[in-house]
Amino acid sequence: MLEADNLECVRGERRLFAGLGFKLAAGELIYLQGRNGAGKTSLLRMLIGLLPPENGEIRWQGRPIRSQNDEFHADLCYLGHLNAIKEELTPLENLLAAARLAGETLSEDDAIDALEQVGLAGREDLACKYLSQGQKRRVALARLVVDRRPLWILDEPFVALDVAAVDWLAGIISGHLQRGGMAVMTTHQPVAIPAGNVRELRIG
Amino acid sequence: MLKIVTSVIARDLKLAMRRQADIVSALFFFVIVVSLFPLGIGPEVDLLRQLAPGVLWVAALLATMLSLPRLFADDYRDGTLEQLALSPHPLGLIVTGKVIAHWLVSGLPLALIAPILGIQFDLSGEALLVLTGAILLGTPALSGIGAIGAALTLGLRGGGVLLSLLVLPLYIPVLIFGAGAVDATVSGLGGEGHLSLLTAMTFAAIGFAPWASAAALKIALE
Repeated sequence: MLEADNLECVRGERRLFAGLGFKLAAGELIYLQGRNGAGKTSLLRMLIGLLPPENGEIRWQGRPIRSQNDEFHADLCYLGHLNAIKEELTPLENLLAAARLAGETLSEDDAIDALEQVGLAGREDLACKYLSQGQKRRVALARLVVDRRPLWILDEPFVALDVAAVDWLAGIISGHLQRGGMAVMTTHQPVAIPAGNVRELRIG
Repeated sequence: MLKIVTSVIARDLKLAMRRQADIVSALFFFVIVVSLFPLGIGPEVDLLRQLAPGVLWVAALLATMLSLPRLFADDYRDGTLEQLALSPHPLGLIVTGKVIAHWLVSGLPLALIAPILGIQFDLSGEALLVLTGAILLGTPALSGIGAIGAALTLGLRGGGVLLSLLVLPLYIPVLIFGAGAVDATVSGLGGEGHLSLLTAMTFAAIGFAPWASAAALKIALE
């Protein structure tokens, strides 16, 4: 379970939010909403432990994330604004390298499967610099297909995707929730997630 | 633990191989700067022999500096650095892998080509050997110390100049003992003491610098 308690965020001289708290249990999804600049991304970066909160505490499985960075990160999958893919590498190499750095074992066949699922069949061996923006995003999303870690933190996962891909991604997130996973995500497009217990959290 | 270091090295080497222009330009910079001195000074063998260690080492420092800004900048720009910081492995180990990979593509080629360049300065065989050894032993320290500077200046505008101002003064001990090893050999005193000190600096830098860089990277990511 992920718990946030009395969080306060100050960026520069401005206080973005204070007294924010929530609990996220297995099978639950929190939709983070708020206008531009409300602090959605800042909150996500707090949740993954990259941005220390001004006040308050975040706990994973009952223990503060600050005191268990490595165990917490082993359970966490974060997808940010940036795709975190290398232009010089092929989609397949990117996916395998990402899995290796995350400490997961991923076979080449599984990786090719995942890339096929995101619609990149036949482009596994093309350097990512030749792919379009949407295709690069799909390479990043292919990580979610093979990821079995319980906590997903997704920052605008639907950006740059076409309609069919949005449905497909909603299905992937549903599958994750059905397996007992949990997720926090921000989005500006309302997307229906068919399974799991979906809640909204509005900040700002 | 070792596995994460080797997989980071493998990844960075693969990236470097796909972008060979970076490696080649730093190497050519080294070759050209070193070659300019004999051309400018003329065929005064004694003077050249005296200048050689200092010239080669200063050129090696500058060539290493050239590739430093990109050590973390590319990963920072495309979001990979975030993912590295969120890896269940300690960031210090990951940076250790990156530093070793940086040395393999920047320091090692310098050491391999240095003896050929040394011939232009009429260095003896023994002096060339010590020169190669000194560059081989000293450049990992340059990569390590440089990583701290690269991490501290990450994301800053005009970071390249600031990086040189930060890192070059810290390179002075390596420069003194690196050039000193060759000087001592040329004058017949033996450069073993200098080489031992260089090795000590390298071990200290490889052991300590990645963790300091990791701390700086975490600040840059906030």
